[in-house]
Amino acid sequence: MAVVKAAAYILAHAPDLVRYGSKPWREIAQNPALGERLRSHLRPFEAAAAYPPNQVFVGNLRPDALHEVPEPWYAHPVPEAGPHGRFGGLLPQPALYRALKRADQFDLIGLDTRWLADLPGGEGVRGWPADRIAQAVAAEQALPLYDGPQQVGCIRPAHEQDESLTAQVLLENFAAKATGAFALEALLAQTGLEPAAVEYILSCSEEAVGDRYNRGGGNLAKAIGELTGCGRATGSDVKAFCAAPIYALVHAAALVEARVFQRIAVVGGGSLAKLGMKFLGHLDRGMPVLEDVLGGMAFLVAPDDGQAPRIRLDAVGKHDIAAGSAPQAIMEALVARPLEQLGMKLCDVGKYAAELHNPEVTVPSGSGNVPRTNYRMIAALAVLRREIGPRDMEDFIRARGMPGYAPTQGHIPAGVPFVGHALAMMAAGELDRAMFIAKGSLFLGRMTQLSDGLSFLLERP
Amino acid sequence: MFEGKKVIAIGERDGVPGPVIAECLEQLGAEVVFQATECFV
Repeated sequence: MAVVKAAAYILAHAPDLVRYGSKPWREIAQNPALGERLRSHLRPFEAAAAYPPNQVFVGNLRPDALHEVPEPWYAHPVPEAGPHGRFGGLLPQPALYRALKRADQFDLIGLDTRWLADLPGGEGVRGWPADRIAQAVAAEQALPLYDGPQQVGCIRPAHEQDESLTAQVLLENFAAKATGAFALEALLAQTGLEPAAVEYILSCSEEAVGDRYNRGGGNLAKAIGELTGCGRATGSDVKAFCAAPIYALVHAAALVEARVFQRIAVVGGGSLAKLGMKFLGHLDRGMPVLEDVLGGMAFLVAPDDGQAPRIRLDAVGKHDIAAGSAPQAIMEALVARPLEQLGMKLCDVGKYAAELHNPEVTVPSGSGNVPRTNYRMIAALAVLRREIGPRDMEDFIRARGMPGYAPTQGHIPAGVPFVGHALAMMAAGELDRAMFIAKGSLFLGRMTQLSDGLSFLLERP
Repeated sequence: MFEGKKVIAIGERDGVPGPVIAECLEQLGAEVVFQATECFV
């Protein structure tokens, strides 16, 4: 069997990139006054770092601790919270910009020499003079990069006519690469594994790297591996919308179990496009714009060592093409059927991690509490199967679910933010079995009306 | 209530998807002129 040895999570604070998220970009183009309103609702790094859901994401609080935090969570920062996390940590925006530049082998990103000179750690980065940056923004379709009110750099297109290599697309790709690399570095630091010991990398990020002839051609995995010093690894990408991390972990476990590779890193970088996706709802309610962080995560999958939790490949839950789209049918396929295969009941699973979107982000914009919707369906299945009574549903949800806490970064909330907590709880003997469930919105690409989903079970040995 | 009515059904991935809404309303006599499922996260 294959096991998950470790999980790492990082958040990169990117308040001045929120304007380049898809929704803010489109809305500000139609109504430029929104740009100033948006800027007035951005949070400083310290507030983002102390935000309770972010502290859960990086491992300093357990998800269930959010039950005890009064709402709104943004008004109740975690006392003495810092940027360091048990599973990784949070990076301030200047560190993210440095990382973007470090990820750039084609001198497409220019950071102001004077700004770098005043920046801790900036001395090792080759900057651009201010007039070069001004020229690129004025005449070369470069996007300016800001740190607060100050313009500190730019990113320029890689081709004059190629819509796959515009500055905005490249910024999206570099953001995924840099945050994915941060997460992989955090994983290596946590495990003590030498970069050269990684044999294979699977990226489950949500970008589309490529040029005009191969949009989405990909293999961000190898670019991340190169940046992280994993010189003896090869890799590839798994594309399955927001369900990709579950697919990637299942693929990794299968490759390990088949003895193709022994040490596989599954990596997901952040999604620039989703920054500020719900910002209009936040502005309307006078809230800070909470979608101001890029997520990153990495997992180490390896052969069974008798200690780390095992991925049960004999019970992967899948949403078949012909399964239909009824919510009950989907949850039957993803949750009930794999458990039946193992002769288990729904109550044999200690924790379900399903689409862990932070509800404080989604509820104000009318998108509902996504994890709770999924937990209600799982609890309803337990009622239908007479495992619990109808009045036990809330207790089931409270005990076996958890509040959503992941940034709304598409693939990042896909159940897998809980892997790190599950490993810690299993090591402490607090949890025997957890199920990870993610859904993918295939219909968004207009190639099919299908939605998708995949699940797997993680078990303490 | 829906007999002879034209309906646009917008469903949600984590809630009730469009095809399910459409199927229910068609059984009640509605004509579904457009249905889609969207993802709001």
